[in-house]
Amino acid sequence: MDFATFLIQCLNAMQYGLLLFLVASGLTLIFGIMGVINLAHGSFYMIGAYMAYALAPVVGAAFGGEFFSTMVAGLVLSVILGYVLEWAFFSYLYEREHLQQVLMTYGLILVFEELRSLMVGDDVHGVTVPPFLNGTLQLNELMTYPVYRLFISGVCLLLAVAMWFVFTRTRLGMMIRAGTANREMVQSLGIDITLLYRIVFAIGVALAVFAGMIAAPVSSVYPNMGNAVLIICFVVVVIGGIGSIKGALVAALLIGIVDTFGKVLVPQAAGVLVYVLMALILLWRPNGLFKD
Amino acid sequence: MQKRTVLLSAAAFAVIAATTNTWAQAQPKLKVGFMLPATGTFASLGTAIDNGFRLYVAEQGGKIAGREVEYVRVDDESDPSKATDNVNKLIKRDNVDVLVGTVHSGVAMAMAKAAKESGTLLLVPNAGAAAITGPMCAPNIFRSSFTMWQSGYAMGEVAAKKGHKKVVTITWKYAAGDENIKGFKESFEKNGGTVVKELNLPFPNVEFQALLTEIAATKPDAVFTFFAGGGAVKFVKDYSAAGLKKTIPLYGSGFLTDGTLEAQGADADGLLTTLHYADNLNSKRDQAFRLSYAKTYKMQPDVYAVQGYDAGQMLGIGLNATKGDAKNIQGFAQAVRAAKIDSPRGAFTMSKSHNPVQDIYLRKVVGKENVLEGVASKALVDPGLGCKM
Amino acid sequence: MRHPSSFVVAVFGLLALWPAIASAYGVDLVAKIMIYALLALSLELLVGSTGLVCFGQAAFFGIGAYAALLLAPADGSAPSLLWSLVSAVVLAGAYALAVGALSLRTQGVYFIMVTLAFSQMAYYVVHDTPLGGGTDGIYMYVKPALGWIDLDQPMHLYGFIWFSLLAGYVFLTQLLRSPFGRALAGIRVNEQRMKATGFSTYPYKLAAFTLSGAIAGWSGYLFAIKDGFVNPELLSWHLSGAVLVMIILGGLGQMRGALIGAFAFALLQELFQSEAVFGSYAKHWHLGLGLAIIACVAFMPHGLVALPQQFRERLSGRAPSKHTEEDAA
Repeated sequence: MDFATFLIQCLNAMQYGLLLFLVASGLTLIFGIMGVINLAHGSFYMIGAYMAYALAPVVGAAFGGEFFSTMVAGLVLSVILGYVLEWAFFSYLYEREHLQQVLMTYGLILVFEELRSLMVGDDVHGVTVPPFLNGTLQLNELMTYPVYRLFISGVCLLLAVAMWFVFTRTRLGMMIRAGTANREMVQSLGIDITLLYRIVFAIGVALAVFAGMIAAPVSSVYPNMGNAVLIICFVVVVIGGIGSIKGALVAALLIGIVDTFGKVLVPQAAGVLVYVLMALILLWRPNGLFKD
Repeated sequence: MQKRTVLLSAAAFAVIAATTNTWAQAQPKLKVGFMLPATGTFASLGTAIDNGFRLYVAEQGGKIAGREVEYVRVDDESDPSKATDNVNKLIKRDNVDVLVGTVHSGVAMAMAKAAKESGTLLLVPNAGAAAITGPMCAPNIFRSSFTMWQSGYAMGEVAAKKGHKKVVTITWKYAAGDENIKGFKESFEKNGGTVVKELNLPFPNVEFQALLTEIAATKPDAVFTFFAGGGAVKFVKDYSAAGLKKTIPLYGSGFLTDGTLEAQGADADGLLTTLHYADNLNSKRDQAFRLSYAKTYKMQPDVYAVQGYDAGQMLGIGLNATKGDAKNIQGFAQAVRAAKIDSPRGAFTMSKSHNPVQDIYLRKVVGKENVLEGVASKALVDPGLGCKM
Repeated sequence: MRHPSSFVVAVFGLLALWPAIASAYGVDLVAKIMIYALLALSLELLVGSTGLVCFGQAAFFGIGAYAALLLAPADGSAPSLLWSLVSAVVLAGAYALAVGALSLRTQGVYFIMVTLAFSQMAYYVVHDTPLGGGTDGIYMYVKPALGWIDLDQPMHLYGFIWFSLLAGYVFLTQLLRSPFGRALAGIRVNEQRMKATGFSTYPYKLAAFTLSGAIAGWSGYLFAIKDGFVNPELLSWHLSGAVLVMIILGGLGQMRGALIGAFAFALLQELFQSEAVFGSYAKHWHLGLGLAIIACVAFMPHGLVALPQQFRERLSGRAPSKHTEEDAA
């Protein structure tokens, strides 16, 4: 592999890792702060992608300027969805054991997939990249890199910074961190922890849905697309440390590297490598890389 | 306490028996058992095949060889590990006369094994694995679709004729992908070309970026690929976005652009693929079929619908010869082997191993259609390696 | 329940009589359910009795299944039932020993994820390398035999599966009543307390994990023989999830629960897939199944086993009681 190719592969790894981070950050938030294992997280990613496909013509007709308005509409819808889901379903899971959470959310995956099948059908769809982001960057004489992928990476980085800022520098972040440490104490201080959890859940869902929407043009929209993402997300969260956003970022980038170079250097072992990595890290640090 | 357990257990067993129809039934009608995916990535293909088959039966007035057709459907979920159970549901529980299925090759192989053991008629309306008309071939197993080898082989000749010498192939690492590449490699290298690298990634992984960079680094004259469904959409888009479409021509088996053009958009423009069907064949037969299908189902047919329709035709030919006796395998096979099936794709005959001997067309993507460019390979016979019939 | 033996007699008696009254399909179906029941029993040992939530049981199941095929003699003759079964069980148990030794260093949700990781590793080895025959799986053409037992005959196979389930059930219920079983129960209830009394819990957990894996391998072996076909999906996390659903559905903490859960889950799937009941909506059976799983876990957290008791308590207005050690069977 020559140096130019190596650099491009690094770019690929980083872009894949950053997108993974975006989805996984929602999962680690919900997992870390509310202690809920949510297997349906991949379904939110899928919902995001289908929203990008289904909403685009509707929003475009109503507001014009398809891309950004679809994103905004999708975000608003996803926050509402997260809020409602938490209120109707997930709030009952907090007091339950992990096993019951696993199973109820496993049932939820099945429900979401079938609802998707009933509402939108089973066909494969594509989402067009908005024209102003549709260019390519010439990297060497043969290979160009799509500007849209760089855009995705940029947005993910921005969101990572924003999350860090909110958690460490704002009152909301402070309350959330306190809520993880000691729920009862926070309640006795007069903070409405139910509302807090609902907000956090809504944010977690919104992150996954947004990731699905933004990735839809490059990943296309098809049935069962949530499943593959789900397992890898759990690996990211566990390697990074449950509840740690920083950990999720590091873990996602690590997995991006392992997956990308693994595919090229050892294609037969590519699938196993990520799990070997997870096993090794957990044996060295049984609670993941970073504690929150 | 003890009595209650016994009673409850007995009740439970009664429920199992009742809901699963475990007692045998008499059947004057012709029972057709569909084993097709209703859920998962291939669900839309399952629907298309189902539609095509039923269209044929409807055109015959709902009867084949004088017997009214009754349908039973099982969702195979494209899961090979449940395949044997699912096909046994149709064979043993529902006592079907004919099995029709399926899309996924792994599942179809389990069906073939079960059909071979039980002697039930099996019509395969899609799965392209060579093994089904290879080592697993049997007088009661017929395929109305294709083998993966066929479309690959056809493209190999095309690529060589265009003057390409060095080609990189890329696909998923499973039987369907391997066989398609094998077919391509066979005819390409026979005509003077070389496959310099064979890239693959595990099925159904769709993270292609790393391998696209590999392709660019290898600098071949052309790339040949097999992908289908969601993977096909993503690959075509990624290939174009990586700038490779302008510099390294991409060729593929028809599945790359069948049923996926709406999603692929402009990224698929101009792509050349080979398949046994195209969107504008303009034969009277095809036009009549397309009109009929569109009127009945309010959507355009695709190659999968044609395959389902032709499975129906084959059933009709065979059963008409045996006067409706689905157990007369010899008579059925004799009739179908000698027949020329008037398919919307063009007339085809059956090979010795019960696979279609058909023209493979070269198509080009223009707008939202795969437009006919010519015939890549006339009356291509799959070798049927390993078939002892 | 105070008389577990009546349950055993009733259920296994009915299962033994089943072939006499059912069609070929019915026999096939119940044989398959019995195999899954044995798998559920193995998981119950870990989750219900020891409190270790393992999300990777499918790996041991799959290893047992693949061993049945990969270790068959190359010349195509019938493998010896004894040797092929023993090697399948030993291989599955060995992998369980390795996985357990490494995973038991973690706890709680990390333990769940590590077991998943090791299961996925086995899945990808079988899925991506030529070792396992790839995604399309391997076929078996000759079934094992031993003396007069020829598993090629459906009745012999059914009988052997029935025997395996009975043996597994009796073994596990007896095990749970032994000092070893008591130790496991103690670990489940409060591991800290056990450790505080000077008890070394790690060897017990590891032993339970290995044993569980070995039994899962046995059930996988039976599955491979019955189907004559193995494929990587046998190691997928979907199966691990399904087994968890089975034991929760039946009721944790009791071996009986695993049996009942396996039957109930299989019945639910048959029900939702039945066109007779749902007509053309049968193709959306995942929806019904998903809702049923959610409802079961939400409203019957103690499973079907506890249902009669739950009803009685509701009717008489008493507070729900907890299960005791005597109910372990």
